[in-house]
Amino acid sequence: MDFRLKALTKSIWVFHISAGSCNNCDIEILDCLTPRFDLERFGIQLVGSVRHADALLITGAMNRKSVPRMKKIYEQAPKPCLVAAVGVCACSQHMFRDSYNVLEPLDKILPVDVYIPGCPPKPEAMIAGIVKLVEKIRQAHK
Amino acid sequence: MNFLFSYFIFPGFLFAAVIGLLAGWVDRKVTARIHYRVGPPWHQNFTDILKLLGKETIVPAGARATFLIAPYIGLCGLVLAAAIVGSAFLMPDSGFLGDVIVVVYLLTIPGIAVIIGAFSSRNPLASVGASREMKLILAYELPFVLALIAVIIKSQGALQLNRIVAIQAYGGSHIASFSGALAFIAAIFCMQAKLGFVPFDAAEAEQEIMAGTLIEYSGLPLAVLRLTKAVLLYTMPVFLIALFLGKDTSALFLVLKYVLLLVIAVLIKNTNPRLRIDQIMRFFWGPVTVLAAGSVVLAVLGK
Repeated sequence: MDFRLKALTKSIWVFHISAGSCNNCDIEILDCLTPRFDLERFGIQLVGSVRHADALLITGAMNRKSVPRMKKIYEQAPKPCLVAAVGVCACSQHMFRDSYNVLEPLDKILPVDVYIPGCPPKPEAMIAGIVKLVEKIRQAHK
Repeated sequence: MNFLFSYFIFPGFLFAAVIGLLAGWVDRKVTARIHYRVGPPWHQNFTDILKLLGKETIVPAGARATFLIAPYIGLCGLVLAAAIVGSAFLMPDSGFLGDVIVVVYLLTIPGIAVIIGAFSSRNPLASVGASREMKLILAYELPFVLALIAVIIKSQGALQLNRIVAIQAYGGSHIASFSGALAFIAAIFCMQAKLGFVPFDAAEAEQEIMAGTLIEYSGLPLAVLRLTKAVLLYTMPVFLIALFLGKDTSALFLVLKYVLLLVIAVLIKNTNPRLRIDQIMRFFWGPVTVLAAGSVVLAVLGK
């Protein structure tokens, strides 16, 4: 296995994008990064600049205003960059499916690597999702 | 040949980077214990650097060539300082007249390199960070040089690092005197500011200007900047040990003193909120400069 990829799975710096969510998932993400859950054990850190990011945590139903901005942010992130859809809105549009303002789900816009459903997902669910993502990367490059 | 070895391998780049990355782990681990959590494994900083080497390097549109060159300039200058400071303990006859002054100049090069790199990235937030970094350097250099002058007066005018250490080995550490203790306190604050640790991290304020001076860096240049931080985390405490705590230079005591200084810095970092840049300048040009100037006066009086 490529040592750089192995290093990537051991040190994931996450950048948090709120693409029109109701703020519940955002609060749970912040909760997930508090000392109680201690994600730094796995090398996961929240970074301020998207240029440092290895994974994008995207919350919310994608509305007309936020989609172009989100695409721009994804282009600004250095590759390889993972995308996690956090919350059922980002996974499948949830109750905004028929909204005039929401066009298509996240995986039609960006390549999504892991789906973390829930309204909002618990911090435990997010950690489980990240663990599954890491295992998926390791399996794919064995 | 000998010079190349000491620059790249032993007291220089490789040694300083490894010790600095391990010290960075001590920093993160102690922080984690203060938060009552477990913290990262010991190899976390090495993993971070390795990962950054495998990432894409993005150059923002319109950035100057100095954007990519600046991190290397900073690292090269700092490694030279690390080699000079390290050999003061290891090779007693390796110094030259005035190497203390050379080290003080070399220690400002990483800061200046960060400023150049941030300004040439053409990002407004990076510019804010760079202007803060510039003010920070102006603020802490004055008390730092004053503290250094106190030490030089205490060492009978010796301008050579290994002579300062030798004088302390013979006559006791400088920190044991009034002037030395005052200068040491001032130098601790200057070390905190030079390392960019929290009360004085306005230039890199992550929550406020999104990593400031580092905002546009990714991949290899970011890894070089993180390595520079690591080497600085080795150089600054060792320099302070040479200036103030040079009594017993056996390996065990050196490590103990180094860890002690490191933990002091981490504790200050974790128990203070970030200061605004005007508060930082007022703090350094007010109380800290008075402290350092007082130590110079006391040193002249022979206390």
